[in-house]
Amino acid sequence: MIHFIVHDERDSVGVVVVEGVRAGQELTGWILEQDRETRLQAAEDIPLGHKLALRRLGDGDVVIKYGADIGRATANIGVGELAHVHNVKTRRW
Amino acid sequence: MLSLLGGSFQGYRRENGRIGVRNHVVILPVDDLANAAAEAVAHNIKGCLALPHPYGRLQFGADLELHFRTLIGTGANPNVAAVVVIGIEEGWTGRVVAGIASTGKPVVGFGIGGHGDHETIRRASQKAREFVQWASEFKRSECAIRELWVSAKCGESDTTSGCGANPAVGNAFDKLYVAGATLLFGETSELTGGEHLVAARCRTPQVRERFMYMFNRYQDMINRNKTNDLRESQPTKGNIAGGLTTIEEKALGNIHKIGRQCMVDGVLDKAETPDGPGLWFMDSSSAAAEMVTLCAAAGFVVHYFPTGQGNVIGNPILPVIKICANPRTVRTMGEHIDSDVSGLLRRELTLDQAGDALLDMLVRTAGGRLTAAEALGHREFVLTRLFESA
Repeated sequence: MIHFIVHDERDSVGVVVVEGVRAGQELTGWILEQDRETRLQAAEDIPLGHKLALRRLGDGDVVIKYGADIGRATANIGVGELAHVHNVKTRRW
Repeated sequence: MLSLLGGSFQGYRRENGRIGVRNHVVILPVDDLANAAAEAVAHNIKGCLALPHPYGRLQFGADLELHFRTLIGTGANPNVAAVVVIGIEEGWTGRVVAGIASTGKPVVGFGIGGHGDHETIRRASQKAREFVQWASEFKRSECAIRELWVSAKCGESDTTSGCGANPAVGNAFDKLYVAGATLLFGETSELTGGEHLVAARCRTPQVRERFMYMFNRYQDMINRNKTNDLRESQPTKGNIAGGLTTIEEKALGNIHKIGRQCMVDGVLDKAETPDGPGLWFMDSSSAAAEMVTLCAAAGFVVHYFPTGQGNVIGNPILPVIKICANPRTVRTMGEHIDSDVSGLLRRELTLDQAGDALLDMLVRTAGGRLTAAEALGHREFVLTRLFESA
């Protein structure tokens, strides 16, 4: 069963694609571009469609999704933690 | 699926050779003041469709030109068989009539001034009845898939849009492109963070230059008017609830709608009509109803609309096919979804299969299947404004 999707192996975040992911749950991910699986433990509850960090991100680090820059971390984000508007911000506008 | 793309469907071949998939008789107000008369005519005569809107008075310059282009393009769209135009006065009414008449389709205009609503409604209803009865005998005939003009714009997107629904549209676009169809995308502000990817897909340096001109023009408008980083507007509250965090993330998912192979052959300003097949970029708002209204005005006859959180939009004359990969939305808002591609997220469906499913839905829709939005009565007709009236 696929719990989260990663667009590209360079990405620092993945997307949870099932409902009800709980802290501590062992998750299976699918890396689309390279068509292979990966595993990760959720560090907190992650809703469907929301992102979890695949590696540790420090305050100010570039966040990578689709193999591209989608913004910067505004706080430290641990592996398996939720990455969203509370800790990631656009570089535009 | 190649056999399907080389195949045919039953469509309406209009006087100018363009192919329509619907057969509407439209009662088109030139201005807000004519809405009451237009709606009264549509009430009197069954089978015609009024398109009320709040604008058309004291507009000027580029904003007025866009108003005319949108109204004329809507009337000229091949999904429309005939048009009755009503305005408060005869001058601008006549300009809209002349623009639509260049297609060769039946069109007539009425000015309310000097006559009043009652007399205008009486005369316009008489013409509307003639048009409806004439259109009801307009037969579908065999048309090639490559003769279809197909537009795409997503809405209430979430992260599943970029994982599933948008790449599925991109797969269908790649196949339609090879078949020789005419394709459109836009949403200028929603390319922010991925504009370099679109620029790299432009066919020639001239197309690239024109695309970047349109992109920068929109960025300048946002920078002139913004009061913050557009949080809650772009991405929207709905996008954020669905897991999208930044405009860059939203844009990179959005761009999947243009597939992997097709090239951007040309660039259009708002409501402009392409002059050949291929993939066209149209400078446009990212607001769903505004953008889809511009697609219809540009002459597109079927629309692919991927959604994540569940956008309910439709258009009065352009069938909007909803595509969704979010399993919760498919479950909770199923009546709005035409194509469920949530299997992409479970690895039960390949991208190629999802693209083929969308092509199948396109052909069925072109052949007459009502979309969810049509069945539910969604007829959002929203004109884009560039600036204040004089």
